[in-house]
Amino acid sequence: MNTEILGVVLQWVALLLLCYPLGRYIAKVYKGERTWLDFMAPVERGIYKLCRINPDAEMDWKQFLKALLMVNLFWFFWGMILLVLQGWLPLNPDGNAGQTPDQAFNTCISFMVNCNLQHYSGETGLTYFTQLYVIMLFQFVTAACGMAAMAGIMKALGNKTTKTIGNFWVFLTRSVTRILMPLSLLVGILLVINGTPMSFDGKQTINTLEGNEQVISQGPTAAIVPIKQLGTNGGGYFGVNSAHPLENPNAFTNMLECWSILILPMAMVFAFGFYTRRRKLAAWIFCVMLFAYTCGIVISVSQEMGGSPQIEEMGIAQDLGSMEGKEIRIGSAASAMWGMTTTVTSNGSVDSMHDSQTPISGMLQMLNMQINCWFGGVGVGWMNYFAFLIIAVFISGLMVGRTPEFLGKKVEAREMKIATIVVLLHPFLILVGTGIAAGLAAARPELASAWLNNPSFHGLSEMLYEYTSSAANNGSGFEGLSDNTPFWNISTGIALIFGRYLPIVGQVAIAGLLAQKKYIPEGAGTLRTDTATFSLMTFAVIIIVAALSFFPAQALGPIADYLSF
Amino acid sequence: MKNLWISIKITLAMCVLLTVGYVLILRFTAWVASPNDGEAELVELNGEVVGAANVGQAFTEDRYFWGRPSAVDYNGGGSGGSNKATTNPEYLAEVEERIEAFLEAHPYLTREEVPSEMVTASGSGLDPDISPRGAEVQIRRVAEARGVSEEAVRRVVDSVTEGPWLGLFGTPKVNVLKLNVALDSNF
Repeated sequence: MNTEILGVVLQWVALLLLCYPLGRYIAKVYKGERTWLDFMAPVERGIYKLCRINPDAEMDWKQFLKALLMVNLFWFFWGMILLVLQGWLPLNPDGNAGQTPDQAFNTCISFMVNCNLQHYSGETGLTYFTQLYVIMLFQFVTAACGMAAMAGIMKALGNKTTKTIGNFWVFLTRSVTRILMPLSLLVGILLVINGTPMSFDGKQTINTLEGNEQVISQGPTAAIVPIKQLGTNGGGYFGVNSAHPLENPNAFTNMLECWSILILPMAMVFAFGFYTRRRKLAAWIFCVMLFAYTCGIVISVSQEMGGSPQIEEMGIAQDLGSMEGKEIRIGSAASAMWGMTTTVTSNGSVDSMHDSQTPISGMLQMLNMQINCWFGGVGVGWMNYFAFLIIAVFISGLMVGRTPEFLGKKVEAREMKIATIVVLLHPFLILVGTGIAAGLAAARPELASAWLNNPSFHGLSEMLYEYTSSAANNGSGFEGLSDNTPFWNISTGIALIFGRYLPIVGQVAIAGLLAQKKYIPEGAGTLRTDTATFSLMTFAVIIIVAALSFFPAQALGPIADYLSF
Repeated sequence: MKNLWISIKITLAMCVLLTVGYVLILRFTAWVASPNDGEAELVELNGEVVGAANVGQAFTEDRYFWGRPSAVDYNGGGSGGSNKATTNPEYLAEVEERIEAFLEAHPYLTREEVPSEMVTASGSGLDPDISPRGAEVQIRRVAEARGVSEEAVRRVVDSVTEGPWLGLFGTPKVNVLKLNVALDSNF
């Protein structure tokens, strides 16, 4: 069998094998049970003591959200100040300048919402100081923030009737000390051994074999790569992310990095099952997500390995598949696999240029982000699925004439309203944003030529992808788009903020509201949610609500692109 | 207000734990276990550094094997792909030019034998590798330029070619810089 396909299969199997035990471990961490990482407990106690946090104090859902939003607000100022001032700060051997305010706004928001819409290139746009104290720090803490929100929801849904949903600060701390940091160290050590740089020296200049000068960027790369993958942030150290041969030196590191993208989002589904003791429901949710993800892989891998029909027409040998924007050591199959993995989660790292992939792969990447809950970002992805679950419960309840209930709690008008707003916000942000940009580009052709790298349908795809990626907090891009302008920096920055905080607030609120309600034991009249029928129902709701609202836009972008040649 | 104080302190605490603790552990690992003390792995010829193993460089002379086209001219201070859509007519014209130039440099090849990787730009613009097929088609040109037999050059190519990971997963590849260094030290 083809070794490229075997590589893809191996990654898929490695994910499935490890996500279940990891999910059980995560549930234990949030429940505060004993685990083999208990030696981190003194570190945690130190943090609680320093911050005067009482780890036993419980919060209701409003206090929980207030803490979450306050720390995010503080991170915003922290990031803005450091990015603008980085030129004067230490650890800047290459003498890179500070970012302009609109660029710093975009960078800061982007990483604060655990996204990586990088409108700069890491080699020149940041210093080693900001790479570590803004980018890497945010990659840890904002991922932990999403996980903490999910832990709160699990606690709310796991208890029969409760006012409190746990302590935000404790969840945040434990996510870092017990989950993100140990895993990152493991991955980081493997990367270092394989040749990913980890030093603080500046750029090297060398004389090449033909006698030219070549500059080589390096730095503390191996510290950032593991957490950008595991925390589903995706912000690469170098401009081209994991396509860069230093960031991703060989086929093994490529598999390791791609595995790291999805392992935590997958494990989170099982963590929910263990935490709430509803393993069957979790298994069904997992099946739906895995089905959608795997379909995407099969289609995209076959498209990329099949190559571009336009290049085929030119009569050259295309046995490696479509190679524009791809790397030899990674190959077309693994690049397609990564493209799907990075978009089903809100990761957004890339190991090939998505702009240059075939139109159908581009369409699937966008579709994954538009649906945004086939696994999704750590914590937040499962929460998006949760919003669809609520809607599916409500609709199917009405269809069979039963009171809609979820996990023994009545779903009423208030929860439905919040879920609907959360679900509709996503297409609203993406389609309105793309509409405005496309309108501007159509009215003023000079803008279109300044922004777009490719003409016609593919140009529209570039803009659609950018807003999709922003609203989904993904961060990958059709990078041909010249997006470091005030218009793009600010408009996508706004999409990022709404795309992150409204869903989190809404989902935690729903869980908080449900938690306070009286528990109704399941009986013969209950609509069971842990069945194949209900899973199919949820899948249908997602396809109808999320996927179809984007169909017209997709038809004008990638589908037209595919059909026009 | 209490939340603000906690926010400030917990951020600082995380800085100590992560940007100091975590980073130092990895830095230490790099000293012990990385190929070049945590810096990019270098390649030497006759005691002089001629490049980084993982960063591709431009080759244009006939006596060397060539790497893939680069959208950033192999500038290792930056990186980047072309980001061209494969349906873009301007881009297709560019590929056509590259095919013709490649055929001119290798007149013994037919059009069907030109590997697409040699006329399409890599994702990073720094791709250090070509496929075994990409090396195979260049052997005759290099052998003629160096005045040695094709067999001798092919032996060097074979010695540098790396198979898939564990022989099973991923793609086989040839590191262009290592190949050219091996040629220079052999002939």
